[in-house]
Amino acid sequence: MIRPETVPWIVRHLWMIPVLPAAAAGVSAVLKKSQRKLSAGLAIGSMGIAFVLALMAFAQALAQPVVRVNNFPWMQFGDQWIVLGWLLDPLAAVMLVMVTFVGLLIFIYSLGYMAHDDNRGRFFCFLSLFAGAMLGVVIANSLLLLFMCWEVVGLTSYLLIGFWFHRPAAAAAAKKAFITTRVGDLGLLIGMVWLYSQAGTLLFYNQGTGCLEQGAIAAMGAHVAMGGMAVSTAMGLLIFCGAVGKSGQVPLHVWLPDAMEGPTPVSALIHAATMVAAGVYLVARVYPLMTASALEVVAWVGAITALFAACIAVAQNDIKRILAYSTVSQLGYMMLGLGVGGVAVGMFHLITHAFFKALLFLGAGSVIHGCTEEQDIRNMGGLRRFMPVTFAAYTAGMLALCGFPLFAGFWSKDAILDAAHGWGVSRGPFYLGAAGALLTAFYMTRQMYYVFFGPQRVNDATVSAAAVARHAIPAEAIEPVVSPRPGEVCIITDPHESPAVMTGPLVILAIFAVLLGFVGWPAWPWFQNFLAGKTATFDWGGFSEPGLLSVMMTSTVIVFAGLLLGWWFYGRKAITRANEPDALERLQPGIFRALADRLYVDEIYGVTVIALTRFLAGFASWLDRWIFGGLVRLVAWLAVGVGWMDLGLDRFVVNGGFDEGCREVARGGRLLSHLHNGRVQNYLRVLAAALVVLTVLLLWGHRG
Amino acid sequence: MITLLTLFPLVGGLVVLALAASRDLARVMAVVFATGSLVLAGLSWYSLNPTHPGMQFEEWHAWAPSLGIWYHVGVDGLGVLMLVLSAMVVLMSLAASWRNEKQGGVYFALVLFLEAGLFGTFTALNFIHWFVYWELSLIPAFFMVRLWGGKGRAKAAAQFFLYTMVGSVALLLAFLALFQATSTAGHPGTFDFVELAQLAQSGGLSTALAQNLHWFGSSEHTAMLLFWAAFLGFAVKTAVVPFHTWLPSTYAEASSETTMLLTGAMSKMGVYGFLRVLLPIFPHQMQQAMKPLLWMAVATIVLPAFAAWAQKDLKRTFAYSSINHLGYCVLGVCVAAQLTGSDVGLAQEKAAALTGVLLQMFSHGLTAAALFWLIALLERRSGGLRGIDDFGGLRKIVPVFSGMMGIAIFASLGLPGLNGFPAEFLIFKGAFPLAPWASSISVLGLLMTAVFLLTVIQKVFSGPVNPKWEAMPDLTVTERLALAPVLLVMLLLGLYPQLITGMVHSTVTQWVLSMSAGIKL
Amino acid sequence: MTPLAGCLLVSALLFSIGLAGALTRRNAILVLAGIELMLNAGNLNFIAFWRFGPHPEYLTGMMFVIFSIAVAAAEAAVGLALILAIYRHAHTSDVSEITEMKG
Repeated sequence: MIRPETVPWIVRHLWMIPVLPAAAAGVSAVLKKSQRKLSAGLAIGSMGIAFVLALMAFAQALAQPVVRVNNFPWMQFGDQWIVLGWLLDPLAAVMLVMVTFVGLLIFIYSLGYMAHDDNRGRFFCFLSLFAGAMLGVVIANSLLLLFMCWEVVGLTSYLLIGFWFHRPAAAAAAKKAFITTRVGDLGLLIGMVWLYSQAGTLLFYNQGTGCLEQGAIAAMGAHVAMGGMAVSTAMGLLIFCGAVGKSGQVPLHVWLPDAMEGPTPVSALIHAATMVAAGVYLVARVYPLMTASALEVVAWVGAITALFAACIAVAQNDIKRILAYSTVSQLGYMMLGLGVGGVAVGMFHLITHAFFKALLFLGAGSVIHGCTEEQDIRNMGGLRRFMPVTFAAYTAGMLALCGFPLFAGFWSKDAILDAAHGWGVSRGPFYLGAAGALLTAFYMTRQMYYVFFGPQRVNDATVSAAAVARHAIPAEAIEPVVSPRPGEVCIITDPHESPAVMTGPLVILAIFAVLLGFVGWPAWPWFQNFLAGKTATFDWGGFSEPGLLSVMMTSTVIVFAGLLLGWWFYGRKAITRANEPDALERLQPGIFRALADRLYVDEIYGVTVIALTRFLAGFASWLDRWIFGGLVRLVAWLAVGVGWMDLGLDRFVVNGGFDEGCREVARGGRLLSHLHNGRVQNYLRVLAAALVVLTVLLLWGHRG
Repeated sequence: MITLLTLFPLVGGLVVLALAASRDLARVMAVVFATGSLVLAGLSWYSLNPTHPGMQFEEWHAWAPSLGIWYHVGVDGLGVLMLVLSAMVVLMSLAASWRNEKQGGVYFALVLFLEAGLFGTFTALNFIHWFVYWELSLIPAFFMVRLWGGKGRAKAAAQFFLYTMVGSVALLLAFLALFQATSTAGHPGTFDFVELAQLAQSGGLSTALAQNLHWFGSSEHTAMLLFWAAFLGFAVKTAVVPFHTWLPSTYAEASSETTMLLTGAMSKMGVYGFLRVLLPIFPHQMQQAMKPLLWMAVATIVLPAFAAWAQKDLKRTFAYSSINHLGYCVLGVCVAAQLTGSDVGLAQEKAAALTGVLLQMFSHGLTAAALFWLIALLERRSGGLRGIDDFGGLRKIVPVFSGMMGIAIFASLGLPGLNGFPAEFLIFKGAFPLAPWASSISVLGLLMTAVFLLTVIQKVFSGPVNPKWEAMPDLTVTERLALAPVLLVMLLLGLYPQLITGMVHSTVTQWVLSMSAGIKL
Repeated sequence: MTPLAGCLLVSALLFSIGLAGALTRRNAILVLAGIELMLNAGNLNFIAFWRFGPHPEYLTGMMFVIFSIAVAAAEAAVGLALILAIYRHAHTSDVSEITEMKG
């Protein structure tokens, strides 16, 4: 361990950043329901302090962009110790600032959004716990500590998705989220214990002996696991499993759209900005472990996810689901960036995405809040007149997400596409990514037109499936065409702008969504250099990198094409009625149907994996009851049978034989007693006869 | 000191029995004695020297030396851990019974007798009186199931008793054979665990078997037979698949307060036997039988986890969950017996697995007892209903109860920060390098645990409120105060498992050392 | 014929006469007399085997017979007393009528 005096104060006290919110959660957990104000205050206060500390840490990392660690022994097995610790390096510093800043904004926003909820004390408790665990993930210097925080993050995600637990859909979505991510986490667990056995430590950095440092990596590269795969590749892929689950990559992406059942600030913070990006962060953190072949897998999974989710997003009608699929797709881009371009490329998109996607979700939350909990974009329309601030902020976020030139998303996505274009292995991911970018621009334009443009479409609103599920409307109440909405379903009566406590964060985030890209644009790649521990200089020459400008042009063209297509389908002619079929649906009903049904992934899982698991559960129970239990019963019956047999044996054989024997003896006695007739001379006669016989026998014997 | 510890609850049981006519007095005395036992167990925990590897607080008295029977007691890290656990579980169970009017003075006396049996089992080092305690704990348990259980209690109690008895008889025979094998002309054999372990390590035991027992051609086969006989005894008690069928019906039919004792403390007797008897005395046999043992461990982890999902009765669900959790212990013990030669790294993995097993024993005892306690509270409020589909939306009606049960469920699920995780992590950390395939399959158990536990939460606590239970009262202040320390301990152990690992490290180190020492010969 | 054989022959005759008497007579006293005859046949054998045996110088046979005669005398006394007692009890000395000992 490093001597304390050589370590800066902030590095030694970095633990306070996660512990403060976690402690706030602990305190508000025992507060009474009536003390909601206090628990909200605790959450925001602790997050504020954490933000200040994060800025201090950032300044420290800026001053000395090296890895600083502080390790401590945690527990002992035999004579060995498991050592945990925290670290501060540029990567962690960037994440710290992002998480605390976005988190703080979202906490403040939640004050407004959850103002009417009775349980907001509990809400802030969970949210603080989440923040603590997430910050723990960020500063962990041990894969084990990271995994522990990672699981707690999963728990809070579970609790917050199921925050409105009385809705069956929310309860089911929460369960689905936890279990789906746990599938990936088990891969991570195996990868982790494997890494532990190979490297002898789970510390990332420990003065040359950590598992991310040169000695361990070199030692592991030499081993070969089954199938000729290097051990390090297999381990990297197992760790990547965890990232796949957490970051909603195909094929474990199914939980993320369902997670939108949680309150919108949760979707913004956990399921857009931070937790789902933790998978990307994990891969970035263990990047030295990822071999070239492991990165190939990462790149392909990312590229496929990027396109796959973008396709589905095109045909969704729930405002949050569109954003959810968009998040999945963008996470795919980040993975692609990690796979083809390295840590800086993926992380840059992670940071910019965190801001603009949080913005979009908060904007969507503002829309939902203003529309009395309506989430179906077909029932909205024309909202830009009622919510100008939200509209402006949302537009900024949308343009950033589409990758409109000069917006934050443009620079970060372009860096990914550029790296994919220059990837030596295959051009495939590039094409997938480019196609995804086109679709991104298209579906965001569609959403904008549905939500903010055209006339209000309230009067003939359809009841969305989500609303049905949420309000438990009987299926008979829904008619495919026009139907007056049942009374208990909320109707957009007076669309209104949200209070300042909600729009304030929107505006701040919007500024970042516009400007953040310039910290890593080719003329001043400060971000990339900072992560690498170098300083950056301003130089227009950054654009002269071969291929960069052409890729940039291509992606610009793609974005404009997407926007144009969106306008062509949805903007050219205003959508007037909520129940009119989608423009795309008219064109290609079959494909649209399939996309709207999320390409049936859930259904496929339902009839394969889940059905198999159900079958196995039934089978195990059956096995228990009839085979194992049956064997025991059989033995018991055998024992009882032997008992009966013994009884029979006793009664009829042993007892019977004995009795019979006694009777025989008695009869024999009676017979013999005839001889014993009391006549002395008879006795003598017998004696004499016996004597004679004896004599004869003796003589006979002596004769020979 | 240890004799006093074992006598204390026994005396308490007699006192409570004498006062059994008045339930109030009996329960007060029972709690007083249980608290006293916990204090005594805590004292022995406190005064144990954690850096000393061998037995401590040993007592030796001649009993029938010509038959190898000595009164020999003592504890090491394992023993003292189990003492504290059983004292805690007994106190928890008594607290849970506090308001159960059906359980009168006699019940409380039986609980204390059971505690005496447990203490004796975890401290005795000579087979004969260890066996007496082992059986002694079974008798109160039988009556508690038989007299205070549910509808099918008679059958369940009989099955429980007989099944355990079969295992015990096999165990007894194995030890008689060992005694016979170790006796030489003029010297009685030994029943002493420590001596037998030393003999096994030095190779003297297999020589003795070869010289004195000519059952089969080779002493290998004889030793193997003895191993399987002893294994049967412990496997039944631990409920290793396929010797587990008594468990779900017994746990479900016994009253929840009794089940707390059965799962919290008594199921640990089996694992204790694995660690105290099988691992030190039969290490070579375990190595030879590694394949079937690993398969059984995997089956114990995976099958019940699947079966739990198919159950409709909360108590059966948690009973299967209990089997699954002890399966990790079996896996940990089995891999620790792997033949590894002199590889230092793998010896460390063994230490990790064994430490994990010890942590898991303690943490499962605590968690399972807490879960069944909460189920007891739920049953009392629902009038005995405990089907998984009987409830719904309870979180809205009884938030504190749901929160506490949620914590216990997540601890059972192995959530980091609560007590289950360090144990399961260490077991997997140790097991994976030693038995990669078995551990990889066992991971399925972790997944299924999440599936069925979250299903329980979903069906019981979430969803729309079931109007039938709208008036269900939440936990009273007393109940909250009684449960809170348990949950706090769970949290504390999750955050700082060193509390336990620090106590047992030298015991574990010694086990690992003695195993590699045995292999050298 | 050697002197031993002669003696044995006489003794066998004596024994046979005694046996016949004991088996055929009904009067208990006569039965007793027959038994005495058989006893004496035995005594005669003792004497004969001693006298013509390998060590006539030790008086073993003589001693035996003296004891035997003493015992026989005692036996006759006891027997006669028994017969007397039975006669008093059953008013007969006919052995075929005394079946008290019938099992």
